[in-house]
Amino acid sequence: MLVDPHPAHFVRDPPHKGEGKAAPRLTLSGISKSFPGVRALHDVSLSLYPGQVTALIGENGAGKSTLVKIMTGIYQPDAGTISIDGQAVTLPSAHAAFGHGITAIHQETVLFDDLTVAENILLGHAPRSRFGTIDWRTMRKNAREVLNTMGAGHIDADARLKDLGIANKHLVAVARAMSIDAQIVIMDEPTAALSLKEIEELFLLVEFLKSEGKAILFISHKFDEIYRIADRYTVFRDGEMVGEGLIRDAGQSQIVRMMVGRAVDHIFPQRKAEIGAPVLAVSGLSHPTEFDDIGFELHRGEILGFYGLVGAGRSEVMQAISGITRTSSGTITLEGKAIVPKSAADSIDAGIVYVPEERGKQGVVIGLPIFQNISLPSLKRTSKSGVLRLAEEFALARSYTERLDLRASSLSQDVGTLSGGNQQKIVIAKWLATTPKVIILDEPTKGIDIGSKAAVHGFMAELVAQGLSVIMVSSELPEILGMSDRVVVMREGRIASVYDNKRLDAETLVKTAAGIAA
Amino acid sequence: MKVFPRYREVWLLAAIVVLIGLISMRFPGFAAFGNLRQLFNDTSILMILALGQMVVILTRSIDLSMASNLCFTGMVVAMLNAAHPAIPIPLLIVIALLVGLVLGAINGFLVWRLNIPSIVVTLGTLTIYRGATFVISGGAWVNADQMSPDFIGLQRAAFLGIPVLSWIAILVIALFFLLMTRTALGRSIYAIGVNPTASVYAGIDVGRTKFIVFCISGMAAGLCGYLWISRYVIASVEVANGYELNIIAACVIGGISIAGGIGSVGGAVLGALFLGIISNALPVINISPFWQMAISGSAIILAVVLNARGERRQGRIILKKAEAA
Repeated sequence: MLVDPHPAHFVRDPPHKGEGKAAPRLTLSGISKSFPGVRALHDVSLSLYPGQVTALIGENGAGKSTLVKIMTGIYQPDAGTISIDGQAVTLPSAHAAFGHGITAIHQETVLFDDLTVAENILLGHAPRSRFGTIDWRTMRKNAREVLNTMGAGHIDADARLKDLGIANKHLVAVARAMSIDAQIVIMDEPTAALSLKEIEELFLLVEFLKSEGKAILFISHKFDEIYRIADRYTVFRDGEMVGEGLIRDAGQSQIVRMMVGRAVDHIFPQRKAEIGAPVLAVSGLSHPTEFDDIGFELHRGEILGFYGLVGAGRSEVMQAISGITRTSSGTITLEGKAIVPKSAADSIDAGIVYVPEERGKQGVVIGLPIFQNISLPSLKRTSKSGVLRLAEEFALARSYTERLDLRASSLSQDVGTLSGGNQQKIVIAKWLATTPKVIILDEPTKGIDIGSKAAVHGFMAELVAQGLSVIMVSSELPEILGMSDRVVVMREGRIASVYDNKRLDAETLVKTAAGIAA
Repeated sequence: MKVFPRYREVWLLAAIVVLIGLISMRFPGFAAFGNLRQLFNDTSILMILALGQMVVILTRSIDLSMASNLCFTGMVVAMLNAAHPAIPIPLLIVIALLVGLVLGAINGFLVWRLNIPSIVVTLGTLTIYRGATFVISGGAWVNADQMSPDFIGLQRAAFLGIPVLSWIAILVIALFFLLMTRTALGRSIYAIGVNPTASVYAGIDVGRTKFIVFCISGMAAGLCGYLWISRYVIASVEVANGYELNIIAACVIGGISIAGGIGSVGGAVLGALFLGIISNALPVINISPFWQMAISGSAIILAVVLNARGERRQGRIILKKAEAA
């Protein structure tokens, strides 16, 4: 849907003298991958060099994880070639990628919790004794040697993996990569769950891998980390590569511009809602581990955007406001009355509803028909002393499906048979049917087609025009900029800034969310 | 799609008809109305128990203690009747329901408040309730001659040509049907079985609902405590020993998914009926007990395979529609 196939600020640095000499260890070229209705990657290229860290940068949905899955043999590209040391290869399975020395370290490492460290490191290539059984003593010795060369001798080779912290699990994953002599290491947001000290340790490890001549792909949203550790960068946007080069030649602003600069692919609805008095006031809301001192006001007829990186604590705040999790301190005031929601039912009764992010897991109940999904949070209203009034239930479902222009053959149809966009309409309908005062939408258009997106946006405009107040958590910049009256930016569990949308641009938002000084 | 959930009940009904047909070939009187009426009466207790178990299984839980609950409650009412024959039978039935409710509530409380998996809780109470039966009875039996004529006779009395026991089963089936299709509780039970997370977000109290389903299965077991003892006219520690497996088998044959969320009143009733035919009718046509067990076992596995296939097919249909959209 991009209007301009060649964005104006496409940057490709000429190879630097000295660094350009080394031949790339892994080269992806012309890779494309589509899923039904979605073009995930279009003609992208990426090179990884021995002894260098390449940072892969892009917004959510830019195609980074699809690329990682292609590199690790989980997805097959529709077009394009993969070559290792100049030799074209195919990676038909995860096992094949592993055999070619490609290994990935994920946020949540995929190791075996109940096996020991040594077993995790050497599983699949454990030393054998004369009788074909596993030679445990050599196995422990080998594991210890690998750990020692990495400077991770503090990890006990006999410890169960589940007793290790996440940082040490990463070390074990790296040790495993070392033990199979992996030449290409993919690190997919490895720091997301780490403390500052652990991040430092991880960086030492990355330096070690570099000195060993490994080619490293480092995926992170955090600019300070990228500038600290990476030698090169590649920027993806909407499934295309929009720039690459040496990190020392690129300023942060330049990279941010590459990430966000895009043609507008979707017209947002005009709104004429009157912003009225405050409806919801939150102050000093804190949670022991997830967020701290959250305070904001939401006005009648307002759409308040919540922007931030994944893991900034936005959904956690919303779950606390809607009674799904508890807070340690702070107050929530709805229309001048303090409320203390102890369960989702309390919030729904008070007039605050939360439309969760995971549509399939938290939103629709697949297996139940449409009308039962819609009435589920409103059972108290559609029943009298516990006995359902089916006519009322149907009327409720019908009125909201009509308002949302839902396309289904019958209200008794199983929601599992509907498309993602229509399921999202059901989820929204089911919460609206409780006649809330405040509706919190968490990533309301994630993973749905353009047509349904426009319908959801149009509907949001209609809601605020009727005097409802909307909180919209979104990681999609165009949506945040196109729909919000004001934008709250969260970073690492705190509110970083609140902006009025009238003088707001995408770069400011990304910089605030990533903690880059403007 | 809409007919799909009824699909398997229809198949089960067809299987029962075929089974009755096959048996009638060797034993012509089998399909006569009088005999079928008897068959239903013989299966009534299993039906009630299977319905109680069904609501528990629908919420992704299981109640292994139902047979022990039945044994304990049966002993309580039998001893009360033996000691105080003046207590009217309707009052005894209420007592049986209450005692069963308390035992079920203990299960439910442990599952809800202490968050212990139901299979562990009820495996424990399975033994405890049977042990408690021994404690209150001192290991002694209550025999037919100690029970009052009303106690024994109530379920055998006929009303409109059908025994009271069958009427009780019909009443219970109707109540469960209303519960599952016409009440907010029934709806919540299905919802938390299909998707517990989404149910929490929808404001349903999952823990409390589980507590309630264990209360329901407890009451079903308690009611059957009276019905069982007055039918077989002996109360002992051995009553219904191991019967929990028949109850679960009836549910599984009836198409109730052990993974929760899928199943119907009709399925549970037909599942119980199927088992009832196998255990009551096959001996009549001289099929050895070994074959009875083999047939019940095969039916269980066949039912699970058919149901799993059905669910898979549902998944394929979703994909096809998604492609078309």
